[in-house]
Amino acid sequence: MTSFLFAMIIAGTPLLFATLGEMLTEKSGNLNLGVEGMMLIGAVAGFGMGFYTGSGIIAILGAAVAGALGALIYAFLTVSLRANQVVSGLALTIFGTGIASFVGTLFIGQKMPDRVIDSFAKVKIPLLSDLPFIGPILFRHDYFVYIGYIMAICLGIYFYKTRFGLNLIAISENPSAADASGIHVNLYKYIHILFGGALCGMAGAYLSVVDVPQWQDNITAGRGWIAIALVIFVKWNPIMALFGAYLFGGLSIIGFRLQHLSISQNLLDVLPYAVTIIVLILSSIRKSKEDAPPKGLGVPYFREDR
Amino acid sequence: MKDQVFVKMENICKTFGTVKANDHINFEVNKGEIHALLGENGAGKSTLMNMLSGIYKPDSGSIYIHNTPTKIGSPKESIEKGIGMIHQHYKLVEVQTAKENVIMGQKGSFFLHRKKLSKDLKEIIDQFGLTVNPDQKIYDMSIGEKQAVEILKVLYRGADILIMDEPTAVLTPQETKKLFKIMKNMAKEGCAIIIITHKLNEVMEISDKVTVLRKGTTVGTLITKETTPRALTDLMVGKSVNLSIERPLVKRGNRLLKVDKLNAIDQEHVKVLKDISFELYEGEILGVAGVSGSGQKELCEAIAGLYPVHSGEIIYKEESLIGKSPRSIIKKGISMSFIPEDRLGMGLVASMDMVDNYLLKEHHNQKGIMIKRKPIEGICEKMIETLEIKTPGVHHPVKQLSGGNIQKVLIGREIDTNPNVLITAYAVRGLDIGATHTIYDLVNEQKKKNVGVLFIGEDLDVLLELCDRIMVICQGEVTGIVYAERTTREEVGLMMAGERLEGLVMAQ
Repeated sequence: MTSFLFAMIIAGTPLLFATLGEMLTEKSGNLNLGVEGMMLIGAVAGFGMGFYTGSGIIAILGAAVAGALGALIYAFLTVSLRANQVVSGLALTIFGTGIASFVGTLFIGQKMPDRVIDSFAKVKIPLLSDLPFIGPILFRHDYFVYIGYIMAICLGIYFYKTRFGLNLIAISENPSAADASGIHVNLYKYIHILFGGALCGMAGAYLSVVDVPQWQDNITAGRGWIAIALVIFVKWNPIMALFGAYLFGGLSIIGFRLQHLSISQNLLDVLPYAVTIIVLILSSIRKSKEDAPPKGLGVPYFREDR
Repeated sequence: MKDQVFVKMENICKTFGTVKANDHINFEVNKGEIHALLGENGAGKSTLMNMLSGIYKPDSGSIYIHNTPTKIGSPKESIEKGIGMIHQHYKLVEVQTAKENVIMGQKGSFFLHRKKLSKDLKEIIDQFGLTVNPDQKIYDMSIGEKQAVEILKVLYRGADILIMDEPTAVLTPQETKKLFKIMKNMAKEGCAIIIITHKLNEVMEISDKVTVLRKGTTVGTLITKETTPRALTDLMVGKSVNLSIERPLVKRGNRLLKVDKLNAIDQEHVKVLKDISFELYEGEILGVAGVSGSGQKELCEAIAGLYPVHSGEIIYKEESLIGKSPRSIIKKGISMSFIPEDRLGMGLVASMDMVDNYLLKEHHNQKGIMIKRKPIEGICEKMIETLEIKTPGVHHPVKQLSGGNIQKVLIGREIDTNPNVLITAYAVRGLDIGATHTIYDLVNEQKKKNVGVLFIGEDLDVLLELCDRIMVICQGEVTGIVYAERTTREEVGLMMAGERLEGLVMAQ
């Protein structure tokens, strides 16, 4: 059981990063369906950086920058040119998938250098890792996982306790109100879309650099789409995202654990995607003003528009 | 001290495409003064004020704030200069509390200090006599409270120049009184207040000075005490107009519509109509008064077959309309025109021309597979003539017409179907005085033709003059039905706020 929960955290980490990234983007009022694309760009960039430099840090940073660059395309299209957000996001996914396959041909069959793998070795956190039950599950991971914890908590504080978070929520709910209050709407959108893209890039890099350490084509396998659904499932709340991401991480690996039972492997593989659909249906039934999606989500903002 | 000039705008010009929205406008407001900006729709009031609030930039001319020449490039700069605009459509974030809305966009420490903020706000609230709870969420508030939040917002930001864009449009008379008291308090504290309006009685009641705009130019600035509503109207329109509304005497005929204990529930399981009962007769105008959002829209739609009825009866002549399709209801001669706030949302398709819009309601009466446009063109041309619709032609997209002309097209189409029951909601919303009276005449003409008219209106004075009976609704409930000639503004106002007046003669 403990080993399953431990593996669940690892499987949930890329989902967590991608979910937080998309959440940041949506909190600025933009729906970016390019998560999958940004993850793949991040995955290939991270792998390449790690492969050539042999540095784990540079691999992560490279992935973040690559993800942000992907998001920059999207931000320019949707914020500056006010293009349709859905189409732009889908285009980004297609673009990212293509780029990753193309660049990835260089790395087929390659393995991440040991130096990089070692830099993501498991670290026991003193005291915490000795806690009964939760210690071995939560506090004996590589530091990428810990960054995930910290990121979720920081974003929670950022959204609900700081001035900038308040302004950000105002933008996603009612951009014209925010604008009339003197908030620089487009600047906020750019910053948060780019940062969101960086997180998605890191999510991809976790897969290619840490989790798998070997290049595979289409390494994300639809996790980006699950992350978009997770944002809805966790009601745009970063703390809830921790639970959501790890829960879905668990679903994605439950197949291995249940192999000895005579359940069809195909059926088990479908599980996370099926649950995603169920979650989306359930959350669309839910009606409450507090949990509703940001009102300005997906609507381009133009000041002189009436 | 008394005549300290807070705002001075000199020779302001602003052109949109080929339209001169502002043409050498001069405007001045002093400290402690309530200054009304009066003008018809399209006179350039909002454009002028949007230049103060940083939404638009003037093409030429200069603005002085507190006697210093100023360029206002963005809403942010405008706020920094001490200008606060209270927009007609409130700019509030619904899921946040009043407090959070107030500090939105403010500079300050990274983390929020909610307790201290509450204390600061309490002070302002007490000082100006606002009624609002800083910790309440906006979606739980009444319209009046939301407005108070907007006022609180600008006051907290230290604004001493306040611009209010038609602040009373959505308020009950009682809420309006309260607002005026707050405005007077603010003036006493040394703020300069600009109120944009086209309601003359309010100008007379609240303002110290009034500037009249017409077609983008300043007609004049007057001291309110030294003028009359009559003189102001003439200035505003540019010619002498007859302000009175006719109420032709028509003998009430048979009962057309009987609504009995009508209930409706919206998607969020809130009762939007509660036991609504009333009757509508031939040859009468039944007015519906109520704060906007009291269930007017749902009532219209329920009768027209567009809104699901939970329980109750709607009987037209002898038969029930419940469960009938909208088309069969139209065929029986019940016609509805609803003018939403954005004018185009319901009833017309913006990008289509007049002919096609007419066809939307007409095509199923034509035989054959293909639609025939020719006969409709004739009808539309006749409509343009009789209603004096200003348009380049019947094939011009309706969205490019001005608001008044769009409304004429919509109401014209409804009347053209020769209805027995005409439901019209907010028919004169946003129209200028001339167009408004054309619409009243149209409605009166229908009444003379023995049509039963359900007239949902915003302006109480108009309802009192135009209608035979007035039904007052509040939060989906009928709080009273009275004869227009035998009631007063105050009585209707109280009922709009939800009071059921004892001892009042109810109309049958």
